[in-house]
Amino acid sequence: MKQGDESLAARSLSREIYEEAGALPTEVRFMEVCGTHTMAIHEAGLKSLLPENIKLVSGPGCPVCVTEKSFIDEAILIGKEYDACLVTFGDLVRVPGSFGSLASYRAEGGSIRVVYSPLDAIAAAEEALGRPTVFLGVGFETTIPTIAATLKTALGKGVDNLFVVSAFKTIHPPLKILAAKDDLDGFLLPGHVSAILGSNCFEYLPRDFHKAGVVAGFEGLDILQALRDLVRMVARKSPHIANDYKRVVRSEGNPTARALIDEVFAPCDASWRGLGVIPGSGLVPKGPYSRFDASVHLPVDVPPAEDDPRCRCAAILMGSRTPDTCGLFGRECTPEYPVGPCMVSSEGTCAAYYKYGAV
Amino acid sequence: MTGRLIRDVIVPALDRGRLGPLPDSVVLSDLGDAIAYTTDSFTVSPIFFPGGDIGSLAVHGTCNDLACSAARPMFLSLGLILEEGLPMDQLERILHSVSEAADEAGVEIVTGDTKVVPKGSADGVFINTSGLGRVDRSNRALTETICEGDEILVSGPVGNHGMAVMLSRAEFSFDFDLQSDSASIWPVVERLTALGPGLKFLRDPTRGGLSATLNEIGSATGLGLRIEESAIPLDKPVLAAAEMLGIDPLQAANEGKVVAVVGRGLGSKALDILRDCRQAAGSAVIGKITAENPSKVILTTRIGGARVLAEPSGELLPRIC
Repeated sequence: MKQGDESLAARSLSREIYEEAGALPTEVRFMEVCGTHTMAIHEAGLKSLLPENIKLVSGPGCPVCVTEKSFIDEAILIGKEYDACLVTFGDLVRVPGSFGSLASYRAEGGSIRVVYSPLDAIAAAEEALGRPTVFLGVGFETTIPTIAATLKTALGKGVDNLFVVSAFKTIHPPLKILAAKDDLDGFLLPGHVSAILGSNCFEYLPRDFHKAGVVAGFEGLDILQALRDLVRMVARKSPHIANDYKRVVRSEGNPTARALIDEVFAPCDASWRGLGVIPGSGLVPKGPYSRFDASVHLPVDVPPAEDDPRCRCAAILMGSRTPDTCGLFGRECTPEYPVGPCMVSSEGTCAAYYKYGAV
Repeated sequence: MTGRLIRDVIVPALDRGRLGPLPDSVVLSDLGDAIAYTTDSFTVSPIFFPGGDIGSLAVHGTCNDLACSAARPMFLSLGLILEEGLPMDQLERILHSVSEAADEAGVEIVTGDTKVVPKGSADGVFINTSGLGRVDRSNRALTETICEGDEILVSGPVGNHGMAVMLSRAEFSFDFDLQSDSASIWPVVERLTALGPGLKFLRDPTRGGLSATLNEIGSATGLGLRIEESAIPLDKPVLAAAEMLGIDPLQAANEGKVVAVVGRGLGSKALDILRDCRQAAGSAVIGKITAENPSKVILTTRIGGARVLAEPSGELLPRIC
């Protein structure tokens, strides 16, 4: 689409949203579950195209934000106690743990390798010649299949010095908790996760919670269109699930990728930073893949981690507050010196508010 | 050892008539009655990157700082700090690159210094250059005269240097068609001086990229800036690399571009003046100065939304220059 067409289309969507929203008696609040949506909304300056009574709040869909501080602590302790090489995606490197980040651990001589694909962890393990090589596993259903594929390949090759610290998260358990909240009217559903899970899997939102959901792509126009559809559903009191990202997301998703997840991982309870333990919301390697489980084979004593009590990230991850209402935001908590996880991650809500500001 | 290095390798590569006798200092003339004087150190890693190396960068960086004072770059000093064990062929490549860049920019290396430090005390090579430039007083760009309605232009696609260096550092299994834009901007600035007092501001958007420079204009003047995202020239490989690395191309450094503020209505005239200038290919008017949103840079996004173009913060990427 050409530039001019794009802004014309945006203006027309914005007008439709204004019309639908004008008929609403109160404020409506939609949550974008995914961190990539949060960034895209701010980057495109979308809020300036929306009426006053349409509020967007960010959810818990940034893997770095919801990863507990103790995960970083555990990784560093494993590195130290077992002389292990830690393999990670770049976005975890700056996340502060209780006694420093992976970056500061590397500066002290710790071995950290940043990879762009989990498959590179196998090469790292092979090059390590027997030294334990530990992949730091964070992410949602988008990332997990590639990690499952990595473990499958490693098992086939007989790689025996590769391990995974699992902090994987699945999206449905927290979404069900959020859907029960009265102050949320609908959800902008994550496009990438839906490509794996399919749009059908969110049917419980309208059925059980009477909440609307629209699967959206990541361009400004994709999001505006999804918002138009959400406002329309709320205005017409007909919440359902719509798929506005058909060029990527099929209703049944990607069964092969899901089968791969099921083959390698089993559900477990998981602790979400700020939200606490959510039953069945995590994944650990199972069966023959449990040989890769770092928590079993490279155990360490991780002291309980404490978050700054003034930090409002928990409420922000639940969509109950916005970053500008946190006393630390922009003062003590900045991207250089983050206090809470939502400021650390480049896709965190606070980082987005800080970077893109308000006009 | 260092003496022989200087006599046999360094001076022959750079001498244009004044270095040969190795005087303790050089006596210069032809500088007119106003001179611009600047210095900069270069520690880029890696020292060779697509489109240049630390040698060409050290020449361009200092020439461009002079050019931004509307000064014609004339003379450079060259301080080399070499880490013991730097391969001789690498040093020769760098010197060749210094000499080529200086000739092309029309500056002469007139004095220099070389130190070799033990292994581990430097990273291959660090370079310091100082530069002298001649200023024609009537051409001085005056920030104080910037006012509402003035137009902002950039002399070509942005982000290429920063992205090229970042990419050459990352281990990717595929290639991007992307080079540093490292070049002298004096030919661009010299043409723009034809605007006389209509040329109000010049800055090379190096560290922090276009975002940093635009925010500097905002805070220096107390006025607002309204920038059209779709008007900002960006090469496709830069956009692709930016997405891949998660880096905002507007925050990526440039080493051969200039951002200028020109008077109201002079934007298209400036582009006309630059039309036949090779170094200004792709130049564009990207926005204007406003009275509203004081000290802030507001970006009108591609789809017509508005947001703040914030000053780069967070991880300032080290050693891109």
